[in-house]
Amino acid sequence: MPGRVARLLLGALFGAFMLFLYGPTLTITILSFQGPDGGLTFPMNGVSLHWFGRLFQPQAVGDLGAAMTRTLLLAAMVTATTVVVSLAAGMAFRRRFAGSTVLFYLTVASLIVPSLLVSLGIGLMFNLMEWEPAWYSSAFGAQLTWTLPFGLLIMFAVFNRFDRSWEEAARDMGATPWQSFWHVVLPIIAPSVVGIALFGFTLSFDEFARTLLTAGSGNTLPLEILGMTTTVTTPVLYALGTVSTAVSFLVIGGALIGMRLMRKRRGI
Amino acid sequence: MTRLFPWIQTAPLALVLAVFLLVPVGMLVVVSFYDYDAFSLIPAFVLTNYQELFTSPVTWQTYLKTIYFAGITWAVTLGIGFWIAYHLAFVVQNATLRMVLFILCTVPFWTSNLIRMIAWVPFLGRNGILNSTLIGMGAIEQPLEFLLFSDFSVILAFVHLYTLFMVVPIFNTMMRIDRRLLEAARDAGAGFWQTLWCVILPLTKPGIGIGSIFVVVLVMGDFATVRLMSGGQSASVGLMISNQYGAMQYPAAAANAVGLLLMVLLVVAAMLRIVDIRREL
Repeated sequence: MPGRVARLLLGALFGAFMLFLYGPTLTITILSFQGPDGGLTFPMNGVSLHWFGRLFQPQAVGDLGAAMTRTLLLAAMVTATTVVVSLAAGMAFRRRFAGSTVLFYLTVASLIVPSLLVSLGIGLMFNLMEWEPAWYSSAFGAQLTWTLPFGLLIMFAVFNRFDRSWEEAARDMGATPWQSFWHVVLPIIAPSVVGIALFGFTLSFDEFARTLLTAGSGNTLPLEILGMTTTVTTPVLYALGTVSTAVSFLVIGGALIGMRLMRKRRGI
Repeated sequence: MTRLFPWIQTAPLALVLAVFLLVPVGMLVVVSFYDYDAFSLIPAFVLTNYQELFTSPVTWQTYLKTIYFAGITWAVTLGIGFWIAYHLAFVVQNATLRMVLFILCTVPFWTSNLIRMIAWVPFLGRNGILNSTLIGMGAIEQPLEFLLFSDFSVILAFVHLYTLFMVVPIFNTMMRIDRRLLEAARDAGAGFWQTLWCVILPLTKPGIGIGSIFVVVLVMGDFATVRLMSGGQSASVGLMISNQYGAMQYPAAAANAVGLLLMVLLVVAAMLRIVDIRREL
């Protein structure tokens, strides 16, 4: 335990870090409510929803509504796939099987290969095969190479702490493997499954490096934002940032509440 | 039938990784040997792409710059991340408060990196908050130009984006340290720094290793942060690749991709030699 002065210093460092972490986002959230004549920085020139309104006018930026729809659909697809695939693989990885080591290293490699290279590789693959890249095919696969390893690592952490005797008890009472999974294992690990879903959704919702060269003609929201950063010089960019952050916070909040409810139901 | 279970359960994972990771990376290697002209790819086996890569001083500078960004970001995020994790694990005593503070540290991970970069613009710009505050205080007369669109702002954004990748694994390993070891160290007469150096640091090494791998890999593969925060005045290998892709110079981009991948793998391998992270999994 450090001394009193050191603890104060560490506390101050932590406070400063929080300010560093949240200050900028908070600033652009405030600035997104600039009045119609306001600029990119303070002072605030009145308070309005003008820039949020501008988001939905087609001439201000690209077709944001369509981009948002695509992004949410893609995030939903990625979330569902990530949950199911990493859950299944996590169950299998509890025992060693032929090929398990190779598959494990491949999964870790998927985290290490830079996003842009995955994007480029898939882009080239579709190009050479003369397939049409699209958000629901190439970009979908590109995002899975990022979300699945996270999902699987969470499953590892979950099953390291999992009490096998519940499952054995179920089997002793005559449950089939499917029954013991559905009625015993899944309810116990449900909060972590919500966690995997949270990873899947937010990682997909904010991803741009992996979709950059794989999304084809239909942009996702982060790609629209990336394009806007060089061309748009009004607070409309901040308004878009506020909307995007709000969606993220809604999802995080929903997931945290979901986990709490599930824990409560189990009475722990 | 049950013997087939593991393969059925992992088949989707294996399929996704094969189609969207293995084949594409193989594709990068193949295309890096292709020839090309202004209009099309020419399947061939030529070494010109690598020759250009190795003989161009600009390319060398870009690789060095990428290593420079990764090195500085690594040092700063480790410095900050270690003490933030230390504070959470050893100074904060209340378990609920610790959890709340930890979640606060991780929430930005779930929000958009692009937005978090853009959020620095009103702070650092020529007429931004920092400059007007400093001028208002009389500390400076002219606005500081180096704040935005410089190496400084690039590194600042990297630190802002990636410090939590250090905090989380280091905090995890610290929480697993048996508190009795710290008491034993104190009983044996060790001071704060001795305990830190001889007990906590060695036991935290795997967490530091994982955090370092994340940070270094993310920075080395980056293109957007460098483009946005340097305003086009600095370069990284990732940015060079995305520019070459934009100019349809696919084989050149692929050769650079192979170069970048090798660089990343070398760094990761070096780190794995220093710390054994398999114990962590």
